[in-house]
Amino acid sequence: MQLSRRQFFKVAAGGLTGSSLVAMGFSPTAALAEVRTFKLARSTETRNTCPYCSVGCGIIMYSLGDKAKNAHAEIFHIEGDPDHPVNRGSLCPKGAGLLDFVHSKNRLKYPEVREPGSKEWKRISWDEAFTRIAKLVKEDRDANFIAKNADGVTVNRWLTTGFLAASASSNEAGYITHKVVRSLGMLAFDNQARV
Amino acid sequence: MTNHWSDIKNADVVLIMGGNAAEAHPCGFKWVTEAKAKNKARLVVVDPRFTRSAALADLYAPIRTGTDIAFLGGVINYLIAGNKVYVKTDPTLENPRCVWNLLKAHFARYTPEMVEKICGTPKDKFLQVAEMLASTHTPDRVMTILYALGWTQHSTGSQIIRTAAMVQLLLGNIGRAGGGVNALRGHSNIQGLTDLGLLSNLLPGYMTLPGEKETDYDAYIAKRAPKPMRPGQLSYWQNYGKFHVSLMKAWYGAAATKDNNWAFDYLPKLDKTYDVLQVFELMHQGKMTGYFAQGFNPLNSFPNKAKVSAALSKLKFLVIMDPLATETSEFWQNHGEFNDVDPAKIQTTVFRLPTTCFAEEDGAIVNSGRWLQWHWKGAEPPGEAKTDPEIMAGLFLRLREMYKKDGGAFPDPILNLAWAYKRPDEPSPEELAKEYNGKALADQFDAKDPTKLVKKAGELLDGFAQLKDDGSTACGCWIFSGAWTEKGNMMARRDTADPWHNGQTLGWAFAWPANRRILYNRASADPSGKPWDAKRKQVWWDAAQSKWLGSDVPDFKADSAPEDGMGPFIMNPEGVARFFARGMMNEGPFPEHYEPFETPIGTNPMHPNNPKAVSNPAARVFKGDMEAFGTAKDFPYAATTYRLTEHFHYWTKHVESNAITQPEQFVEIGEALAAEKGIKAGDKVKVSSNRGYIKAVAVVTKRIKPLQVDGKTVHHVGIPLHWGFKGVAKNGFITNTLTPFVGDANTQTPEFKSFLVNVEKA
Repeated sequence: MQLSRRQFFKVAAGGLTGSSLVAMGFSPTAALAEVRTFKLARSTETRNTCPYCSVGCGIIMYSLGDKAKNAHAEIFHIEGDPDHPVNRGSLCPKGAGLLDFVHSKNRLKYPEVREPGSKEWKRISWDEAFTRIAKLVKEDRDANFIAKNADGVTVNRWLTTGFLAASASSNEAGYITHKVVRSLGMLAFDNQARV
Repeated sequence: MTNHWSDIKNADVVLIMGGNAAEAHPCGFKWVTEAKAKNKARLVVVDPRFTRSAALADLYAPIRTGTDIAFLGGVINYLIAGNKVYVKTDPTLENPRCVWNLLKAHFARYTPEMVEKICGTPKDKFLQVAEMLASTHTPDRVMTILYALGWTQHSTGSQIIRTAAMVQLLLGNIGRAGGGVNALRGHSNIQGLTDLGLLSNLLPGYMTLPGEKETDYDAYIAKRAPKPMRPGQLSYWQNYGKFHVSLMKAWYGAAATKDNNWAFDYLPKLDKTYDVLQVFELMHQGKMTGYFAQGFNPLNSFPNKAKVSAALSKLKFLVIMDPLATETSEFWQNHGEFNDVDPAKIQTTVFRLPTTCFAEEDGAIVNSGRWLQWHWKGAEPPGEAKTDPEIMAGLFLRLREMYKKDGGAFPDPILNLAWAYKRPDEPSPEELAKEYNGKALADQFDAKDPTKLVKKAGELLDGFAQLKDDGSTACGCWIFSGAWTEKGNMMARRDTADPWHNGQTLGWAFAWPANRRILYNRASADPSGKPWDAKRKQVWWDAAQSKWLGSDVPDFKADSAPEDGMGPFIMNPEGVARFFARGMMNEGPFPEHYEPFETPIGTNPMHPNNPKAVSNPAARVFKGDMEAFGTAKDFPYAATTYRLTEHFHYWTKHVESNAITQPEQFVEIGEALAAEKGIKAGDKVKVSSNRGYIKAVAVVTKRIKPLQVDGKTVHHVGIPLHWGFKGVAKNGFITNTLTPFVGDANTQTPEFKSFLVNVEKA
C-alpha cells in the first residue's frame, strides 16, 4: 500500500492512526518521512576525542549542516565511537554529557576586560585585547629582562611574567605556545602536569 | 604509561594503588574487567577508601594516605626475602656493596609488622597482597600497576612511583604485555603537553634547558648525551645533539647557525626551576607583574586558596584564555562565603579571552598510552572565540611588530622566530604538526651509501633516526617525529586491525616513540631473543633475517643480535634499569618512607628518634608555609582529595547533565567518626585545616574505616574536589582552601592527597 502524504492525512483523519496502519502491514514510510525527517539523515558525522581524562575515548559528533561554506554547523549529538579500540563505543558519565559542555551557557563568547578596582567585565575587541596585552608584556619584559647575571654570564631570562599552559589543548596549540613563550625568555612556565 | 589501555587485558594481576580507575578513568578501567573476564586476572586495590575500583577487587587492603613507600617497601622486602624475584644482572651478587645487597639491607627494615605500624594495613591483608603480587615473578604471569595522582600528589610522590617501578623490575614485569608502570594521566592532553616540554626547565621531547652555570655549548650537549657505560650498549641519548639542533632549526631557522652554537644565547638559562609553587610564592611576595592562564584554573587547582588569591591580587595584569568562565578569571569578584574579597581593593587588570573547545578545532591529543590521536572540527565556536594558536599568534605578531618598530630588551629571538605560516595570524594545525614531525632542510643521503638520496630538501622526515646535528634537519619535537610523514597524517589512521589478538592495533593513530606500543619491549624476550612467554609474543630475534621482528615495533636497535649483549633499557648508558639512582633523586639512591608534612601521628616510625626525618627532608618549604601547617592536636583527621565519576575537575560543574547527577558539594566520613562527632548523613559539616574551611554535606559511609597506626586510631576524611563559585551546579567551596603549600621534593607537585583537618557540625 502506497500512500501520498495527502492521502495519508485523509486516512488518518478517517479514524485510522499511523501506527495501526503499520500494525496492519501498511507502512507509509515515505509519507511519514515527508512529515518529519530524521535529523540523523541530514547530519554530518565528525570523529573527535573526549577532552576529559587521558583514556582518549573516540567520540562521534553529529552536526546539522554539511560543513559547506556559510552553512552553520550545529552539533546536536555526541556518542562513543564504536570502532575505537579502547572505548569501543562506550562513554562514562563525563563523556556522555559532552554535548552540554559544547553548549554550556558558561562558554565565553567575547574578549572582555576587568579594569583595576572594577566590579564588572567590559566587552572589548580582539584587536584591543591583543594590543593592550602586548603592550603590558613588552613594558614588563623591557623593564625586567635579565641579560646577564651577577657573574656577568649571559642568561637572557625574564622572570616577572609567567604562563600556565593548558592540559586539554592540542599538541599543535601546545607546540606553538612553547615556541612563543621561550622566544621571550620566560622561565615561569608550567602546565597542568606540574600539579 | 609504559604500556597502554587495551594492553591491560593481557595482565594476570592488576594492582591499582594511588588511583581509582573505575571512577576517574571508567572506559579505561573496562580493560581491567576484560582481563578479569577473559584472562582470569586478579585485581588488587590498596586505598584509604573502599572505592568503586575496590568494589570489583579480588583483594582490597586499606592503607593510610601518604604511606605507600612503606607498603611497597614491604613488598620489596617480601619479594627479596622469599626469593620471588625475576631479574638478576650481576651473576655473583656477593659483594656486600653491590646494589643487590644494599637494596636487600635497605628494605629488610620494611617488615610486615612495620608496614602495619605505618600504613595501618592489617598484617594479614598486607601479606595477602604481597603474595598475590609475588605470584607474577614467573615468566608466564604478568602484573600491571595502574596509578594516578594518588601517588603523584605527595611530598614523596616521585619516590613512591620509583618504589613501584622497583617492584615491577624485581618481578620482571617491565616491557611485557599486561605489565608495566602505568600512570593514568589526569587530563586528555597532559601527556602531550609534557611531551612537548611545557614546563619551566624543559624543552620538547624531554630535553632540558641549560642552567646558568652551563656556559659552554659543547659541554651542555655532552652532559645530556652520555656515551655507553658498558660495552655494546646503545645509550640512545647520545644522539641528543641531533634532537637539540633540529629543534633550534625548527624555532629559529636561518638564525640558528653552527657559528652561534645554534642560537644557544636565545635559550633562557635557569638559576632554579620556576615551578608553579615557586612562581606563586614570588607572586605572593609581589615580585611578579603579569600572568597567563591558558585553559587552567589556578585559583581552584593550586594549594592554599587564600595564598593564591592574595598572590593574584598583587599582579598588574592577568590574562585568561579559556572556553569557560573560570573562578580564576573572577578571583577579584565577591561571591559571598565562597570568595569573600573586595573588588575595589584589587588592582589587577584581568583580560578574559574566549577559546574554542575540542569540538571546534582540528588537532591531535596524546592519551595516557602515548597515542597521538588526530581529531576533527565539527562546528564553529560560539561568538568570537578563537583557537589557542590564533591567540598566541595574535599576541606574538603584535609583540614582534612593537620590537621591530621600537626595539627593546634582547629582541633577537622574537624577531628571528621562524614564522613562515601561510596565514601568519592563524598557523594551521597541519602546519604545526608537520613542524613538530620535522623535515629535511637539505638533501639527505643514506649513511651507508652516500650516493643514495633518502630525503629531498623540504620533505617530511620518516622519524627521529633521520635527524642530524649539522643543521640540515628541523624538528620541533623529536619523539613525535613520524607522526606526519610524506605518507600523510599517521595520527589520523583509524585501522582497527589487531592480527595478533594482543590489542596492539599498530594501525590506529600513532604512538610515540616510532609507533611503539609497549616501551622496553625487548625485555619481553629472553637474552637469546625468544619471547619469555609464548602466549604473549611481542618481539623476537629472527636469525635468518638478522633482525628483530614483532607484533609490536621493537623498542631496540633493529639489527643488534642477542649475542651482542645489548640491554633492553636503551636510553640508559648502562643498558639496564636502575635500582640505585645515583644523583637522580633529591632524597638519595633508595626510596624511604617519610610522613606527610601534616602527619596524624607526628612521628616517623622508621626514624622515631630523629625529628628532622619526620617528613621529607629534601622537600622545599617556603617561609610562612611551614607556619601554616597544622598539627594533629588541632586537626586530628587525615584528609585526602579526589574526583567523582560524574565530574571532571572544575569543568563539568558548567555542564548541565553532570550538574544534575552530582549537584552539591559533599565530604565522606566513616561511620565510626560520624558516631564520635554526632554527625548524621545529610548534616552540613564544616571541614577546616590550618588554612581555612569549607562547608559541605556529610556522606556517612562504610567505605572509610578507621585504621590503627603506630598505636593510634586514624580517621580519614574524603573530600571530592569539583565545586566552586562559577557553574550550573550548586555553588560550593574551593577544596584547595584546605590544602598545604608544599610539593614533592623532586617535581614540586603539591601534596593534595595527605593533610590534616578537623570536622564539626556546621
